[in-house]
Amino acid sequence: MRWLFVKDLQVLRRSPLLVALLVAYPVLIAVLIGLALSGGPAKPRVAFVNLVPAEKNTFSIGGEKLDVTTYSDQFFEAIEPVRVKTREEAVQKVRSGEVLGALILPADATDRLQGAINLSGGEPPTVEVLYNAEDPVKRRYVESAIEARLADANQALSERLTKIAADYLRIVVDGGRFSLLGQDFNVLGLRKSGALLRSAVTSLPEGAPERVALDQVAKFAQLASDNLDISEPILASIGTPVRVKQTVVSGRRTSLDSFAIAVTVTISLMFVTLLLAAGMLALEREEHAFGRLVRGLVSRTALLTEKVVLAAVCSFAVTVLMLAGLSLFVEIEWSRAPQWLAALLAAAVAFAAMGVAVGALTREVRAASLLAFLLSLPIAFLALVPSGTVSDGMFDVVQAVSAIFPFKPGLQALDAGLNNAEPGLLRPLLHLTALALGFGVIARIGLRRFDR
Amino acid sequence: MADVSTTSGGAPSAAADSGVVLRADGVVKSYGKRRALDGVDMTAFAGERVAVIGPNGAGKTTLLQILAGALAPSSGTVSVEGRIGWVPQQAALYSKLSARENLRLFARLERVADADEAVARMLEQTGLAERADEEVGRLSGGNRQRVNVAIGLLARPPVLLLDEPTSSLDPRQRVVLWEFIGGLAEAGTTVVFTTHHVGEAHRYADRLLVLAEGRIVFTGTEAQLRASAGGADADFEEAFVALLERHSA
Repeated sequence: MRWLFVKDLQVLRRSPLLVALLVAYPVLIAVLIGLALSGGPAKPRVAFVNLVPAEKNTFSIGGEKLDVTTYSDQFFEAIEPVRVKTREEAVQKVRSGEVLGALILPADATDRLQGAINLSGGEPPTVEVLYNAEDPVKRRYVESAIEARLADANQALSERLTKIAADYLRIVVDGGRFSLLGQDFNVLGLRKSGALLRSAVTSLPEGAPERVALDQVAKFAQLASDNLDISEPILASIGTPVRVKQTVVSGRRTSLDSFAIAVTVTISLMFVTLLLAAGMLALEREEHAFGRLVRGLVSRTALLTEKVVLAAVCSFAVTVLMLAGLSLFVEIEWSRAPQWLAALLAAAVAFAAMGVAVGALTREVRAASLLAFLLSLPIAFLALVPSGTVSDGMFDVVQAVSAIFPFKPGLQALDAGLNNAEPGLLRPLLHLTALALGFGVIARIGLRRFDR
Repeated sequence: MADVSTTSGGAPSAAADSGVVLRADGVVKSYGKRRALDGVDMTAFAGERVAVIGPNGAGKTTLLQILAGALAPSSGTVSVEGRIGWVPQQAALYSKLSARENLRLFARLERVADADEAVARMLEQTGLAERADEEVGRLSGGNRQRVNVAIGLLARPPVLLLDEPTSSLDPRQRVVLWEFIGGLAEAGTTVVFTTHHVGEAHRYADRLLVLAEGRIVFTGTEAQLRASAGGADADFEEAFVALLERHSA
């Protein structure tokens, strides 16, 4: 078996294109994923037209001036604005693809906002959003991005208005200074009014008819101040009427970035190992050497074992290199290296066993490679289908299919090794071991048909 | 019950006592309901050259694969005195390795005592010494076949099986190969070969074994075949065809 191993390494060394592809592919994937994860999402470019005259950029509420640009700036935290002066210019930029969309703030925006605040009637301001619908994916992306940012700006404005309204109520309840139309007012407030009324009531003689009326007014002031006092938290709740409390009931606690690394490495491991194991075994028959080898020189089981070891060792080395490359971009816990190395090795052996099963069922390298490739994609796809996205019955089928191939347990093992994710390392390692043995048996049976 | 046994070294067998180095008894090979070999009995003696001839699909390659141990019989037994060398019909070589590397690999797998000496010897004997370090994939069909034959001879086997050894060779290369095989037989190696060229069979074999539809229909010398099929003066090829026609009738 040692000499066969040496021979296969010589064959690989003489196939520089194949080796370059096998090494370059995961390294390239690692670099791309690393750049994508470390760079973060780019801000979408959106044209912005502010048709509001400069002198009308502010609106007042309760004597307080609010600048609309404060809220538009908040909007631009997640969007790269391309400022243009006219609607036509914005349309042109969207049409040419220079920007993903355009946002137009109408000239009467602040007037309408002021009218809405003053309850003087009329429609609230409406901003116009333009986007290019030639690409449904892009359209959905722009819609989501702009709507999310508009919702943020609306909420910020709402919270500000709520705070101002709450301040008014506080003055009504507790009293204080208040400005309106450039004039200052000193408001007594319901509490102090109540106290003055109660003081006035006590100064009246017993049985005085005014006493009953004043007492009723004092009680009203007390009742109003007590109830308006709790109106502030009620108003505050308008800004965010529904709050979210998130609890993970089951499944992983891995971040999306860490899970993306686990998926990327597992996919690369699967491709490299399957193609190598299936191809190298099929090569023995393509070169007609299989018959010569198994007539007493090497047992079929030893031949399969050699291919499994070769593919597993090579792909293990390549994916460790890949993880090292990824660690330049994202943080990988090297203290957990024993765990993720064990996961990689177990997954590599299971994939290699599956690869030799594929190789045993085919006679040519091309057929073996094609079959390995055709199997890989749906296996990976099925393993990544989340629960709830398909019917219960279909999900059971998906899980059952995923369980008989090494991708899902390989991903679980690597996720557990890298990120200490559920369901831990032991279960997927045992699963991978069982699959390796199972595929080994299939490969051995597959080779037997060439004895016929 | 299928059984393939070999003996090597000094352990004498019944076959060895009578000079038989290769024996097949009642060998059957079935593929589903079809019988590729149907109770084949044969023997080969030390230093003998035996040609296995027959029409396409007669079972010649299957018989050699079973004799070589590359294929298990459905039933019957094969016994071989010592090691057996096998040269399959299609060159069983790694095209990315050089001739020397191929030879060295199989010498090690055959556990030849001095692999490097065996490789050098075979390169010299097959005239490939000058092209020993070229990748086999770049060699001509004839040279690949030489490497293929050389691998079969690495362990100095007392019995050499060759399946269509000249099928990819030009006439000059065929003559060279038959001279080489003749030299092996003179040195005591038993050579069993299949061929489509009946002319080669009657020129280079000591004994003929005609296989048709999985059965041995004739065993004997060239002269015996002529006599049985068309008379001593008959053309060998015509006599061979007549034998097959008689059998199929």
